[in-house]
Amino acid sequence: MVWETILPSPSPSKSLLYVMAKENLIFVSGKEWLHAISSLDGMIAWSKYFHLESLQIQQNDQHSERNIIYAAGFSGLSEVELYELSGKTGEVLKKRITSYSGIFFQGTLLVHNDVLVTLDSTRSKIVLVNFQGEVASFHQTYVSDLVHDFSGEASFLSSKFADMFVLKLDSCKALVKVKSGRTVSLIERMEHPDSVSDAILLPEGKKAFAIVQNKETGIHITVTMDGELINEVLRERIELDDNRGRVQKVFINSYIRTDRSYGFRSLLVMEDHSLLLVQQGEIVWNREDGLASIIDSLASELPVEKGATVAKVEHNLFEWLQGHLLKLKGTLMIASPDDIAAIQVMRLKNSEKNKMTRDHNGFRKLLIVLTKAGKVLALHTGDGRVVWSVLVSSLHGTKTCQNPTWLNIYQWQVPHHHALDENPSVLVVGRCGQSLDSPGILSIFDSYTGKELSSSHVSHSIAQVMPLPLTDSKEQHLHVILDSNNNAYLYPRTRDALKLFHHELSNVFWYSIDSTEGIIRGHSLNHNCIHNEADEYCFGTRTLWSIVFPSDSEKIIATTTRKLNEVVHTQAKVVDQDVIYKYISNNALFIATASPEAVGEIGTAIPEEARLVVYLIDAVTGRVMHRLIHHGSQGPIHAIFSENWVVYHYFNLRAHRYEMSVMEIYDQSRVDNKDVLKLVLGKHNLTSPISAYSSPEVLVKSQSYFFTHSVKVMAVTSTAKGITSKHLLIGTIGDQMLALDKRFLDPRRTPTPSPAEKEEGMIPLTDSLPIIPQSYATHSLQVEGLRNIITVPAKLESTTLVFGYGIDLFFTRIAPSRTYDSLTEDFNYALLLITIVALIAAIIVTWVLTEQKDLRDKWR
Amino acid sequence: MRSNGMVNLDRTWYLLVLVLFSYASTPAKGSDGYAIAGRVKIDGLGIKGFGLPGKLANAKIFLNGGQSVTFLRPDGYFSFHNVSAGTHLIEVSVLGFLFSPVRVDVSARYHGKVQAALTENRRILTELVLEPLREEQYYEVREAFSIWSLLKSPMGLMVGFMVIVVFLMPKLMESMDPEEMRQAQEQMRGQGIPSISSLLPGNSR
Repeated sequence: MVWETILPSPSPSKSLLYVMAKENLIFVSGKEWLHAISSLDGMIAWSKYFHLESLQIQQNDQHSERNIIYAAGFSGLSEVELYELSGKTGEVLKKRITSYSGIFFQGTLLVHNDVLVTLDSTRSKIVLVNFQGEVASFHQTYVSDLVHDFSGEASFLSSKFADMFVLKLDSCKALVKVKSGRTVSLIERMEHPDSVSDAILLPEGKKAFAIVQNKETGIHITVTMDGELINEVLRERIELDDNRGRVQKVFINSYIRTDRSYGFRSLLVMEDHSLLLVQQGEIVWNREDGLASIIDSLASELPVEKGATVAKVEHNLFEWLQGHLLKLKGTLMIASPDDIAAIQVMRLKNSEKNKMTRDHNGFRKLLIVLTKAGKVLALHTGDGRVVWSVLVSSLHGTKTCQNPTWLNIYQWQVPHHHALDENPSVLVVGRCGQSLDSPGILSIFDSYTGKELSSSHVSHSIAQVMPLPLTDSKEQHLHVILDSNNNAYLYPRTRDALKLFHHELSNVFWYSIDSTEGIIRGHSLNHNCIHNEADEYCFGTRTLWSIVFPSDSEKIIATTTRKLNEVVHTQAKVVDQDVIYKYISNNALFIATASPEAVGEIGTAIPEEARLVVYLIDAVTGRVMHRLIHHGSQGPIHAIFSENWVVYHYFNLRAHRYEMSVMEIYDQSRVDNKDVLKLVLGKHNLTSPISAYSSPEVLVKSQSYFFTHSVKVMAVTSTAKGITSKHLLIGTIGDQMLALDKRFLDPRRTPTPSPAEKEEGMIPLTDSLPIIPQSYATHSLQVEGLRNIITVPAKLESTTLVFGYGIDLFFTRIAPSRTYDSLTEDFNYALLLITIVALIAAIIVTWVLTEQKDLRDKWR
Repeated sequence: MRSNGMVNLDRTWYLLVLVLFSYASTPAKGSDGYAIAGRVKIDGLGIKGFGLPGKLANAKIFLNGGQSVTFLRPDGYFSFHNVSAGTHLIEVSVLGFLFSPVRVDVSARYHGKVQAALTENRRILTELVLEPLREEQYYEVREAFSIWSLLKSPMGLMVGFMVIVVFLMPKLMESMDPEEMRQAQEQMRGQGIPSISSLLPGNSR
């Protein structure tokens, strides 16, 4: 950063800046203020206050000698003022004021030197105010004269054109030119998604701009000079696949061709937020910038390798040998520079990593991500390349469903191991429009090819999607979708799924949180649907319980539950030669509330009135299992729930440091089971089913520690069988990802652990959690704007795949307890070979020696 | 205000900051705020003249856990504007260094006088100059391959011992006197292998 200047005016400034190259000044206009700032050191050269509505500034042509700034605005309902200012000093050179017979639409005003363009209050008439003569003159044009099918209201699109402007109408856009300050004429009529670039100044003083039109035949780019379509200098057409959608914005830039004529490059911003640079009708490069705004993601398996041929194996074997020979050379330090380069290339390519098939360890996966622009992309975990992409919005953006928004992505179908010919598929859920009541869209895509298998526009809205742990005969996952009227709908709509669901109907519970009212409600399903009796797939819901938090003392700020697909290996834990049982329930819910004073950001609350209360609630019965108060603490809370523990991060105002607390929940009702005599006599309750209806006694142990950093997001590692110990993945404010061993967050830590506890691997208690630089999963990288971390188990028990996304994407795999079940990638095969060879040589030598000795003995 | 670590500012900066501070101490309508200004100093990365060393170019300073973010100027200074009176938290993120968060008290009574203390070790800062607690090494250093480390490993020691036994023991046997050897062997035979029955009392006859 070179300089930073805070402008004294309280209102936010417009993003439109004017730069005056000659004086090194930057002009910024706020609501009623105009500031000139030196671009060298950020000093405010001058500031000017105008008592005007919708202040607009414009700079005169850069080629004229005088640096004049025009500032104009409304001083009354029908008065308009124009100031001519010296760019250098801010001195008012001329002030003009005039009043109009009608009333202006106060919203928009365009300035072109001493001609102002505005609309009247009906927004159907363009008014030109011309200050060129002694007395200001008005010229009016009806929009309907320019565009014949005009109705409704017109508005200007903000642009940096000299004497042209774009009129935005309901039906279309119109590019309009001001002629000699008196008349306006239509240059081009454009459909809505079409766009116009800003004008750029060519060295000769001419101005050029581009119009981009989305037509059936492709994208048409037209570059025109001096605002006349007859001066068209460039007409290009590019064809794109549908996966980029339409052009949303265009920027141009000129260069001089070898024949001294002007050429133009255009940068297109597409509907899927990707960037394209087009030059001479060719796409020079493109970037998938939509990946910076991922909403949701999931991991999908790759296809199984089918029948590797012999030739392929031989080829691979040869390569394998060659590769290892090279590596051997590298280890023995006898490799030539060429060999070293070859080793590097081999390591980089590491073809094993980038294959499109499932690997034995389950490291290779497809990450299927949904972006804000409504695009679904499949990324390969090996090198992050885009395997396929599809713009869902363009498939569904119809007249009836404009501007669909996309919500989530779910695993729809995961075929059985033996059904190799079937591909898995994913479900993308969206709604038509922004509001919660808008009808929903469901779309199913093939995970391997990106082909849309089916889609449906459903009549009901989508408030919540619940994937159920059930699959029908075609391995399709059952989903229950709740609408805003508290009806539940079952998907997929098959008889088979319905039959299966009827069995489980009484076991489906969920909760809903109304954080504005401070109410949590637990729900279950009814057989019949109130609105739609005929629909067999529709179910009614009823509220089972509700917890109301007093709004004057508690506000819900965070909730979290366990991940449904988490695998827990052991239900019990041995503590001091004693067994305690973990309380593992899919229905446990963690809720944190804060006192209303402590809801804001740090620095707004004082320790005496700030308070956090955390709850553990059973989501089936609504029973509060545990409640804990943290006095003098405030949010934001980041919590993670896994197995039988919750870890949460919050701010302690008393110590003025961040804290992390752990709560471990143990089941007391099963404590009796360890009595051997009872087990022998059959008086144990091991066989009695664990029911969500019963209210077990729980024992909660808790401890808090200081933590240095602010936290953006927290996640926990997950492995295939749940045997490996856990690490917390903490996205810090510096956009790094810290892997913190869960053993540091053990409520049983004491300052002086007993020998038994030491043997168990207990760490002595410290007041703060250590930050070990080597345990950053991102090492020396930063994931800019980190928003979320997802963890996916690999097939190899020791390993978790970690995907973090924000503006940058980051993928790695981590082994919380080291790779105890596999050799590391850098395992020294060469050394192994050398050892074997050396051993064989030793055997032969010693054998020869013994033979000789025997012979000598016999001769003796 | 002098305690904010601006003594070393050159003149232009001083002027600019004066302009800013005149607004800070007489808050404009609708925005009541003071300014917090400080500087980040990293020893070894000498901040001389212009041009940030690579590591500092990506430095970010966070106020109150990301409420507002600012960057460092080439001379290492930073400032936050429109900060309300009260107790705030400043965090510094520079890749490769660990900084302690700083508790900053902005006093309303003394026109935005700033008091600062490191939260990690409760050290009071007389001026807001933030120095890293330590340098962070993100990579573990790979141990170089050496025969010695291989021999020192448990496997190496075992192999070494075996070699000693295999090659040295016969040598030791050879060096013994054949006479003594025979005697020792006979002694062994005479004693026989002690059996359990012989160890039990009562059967000792």
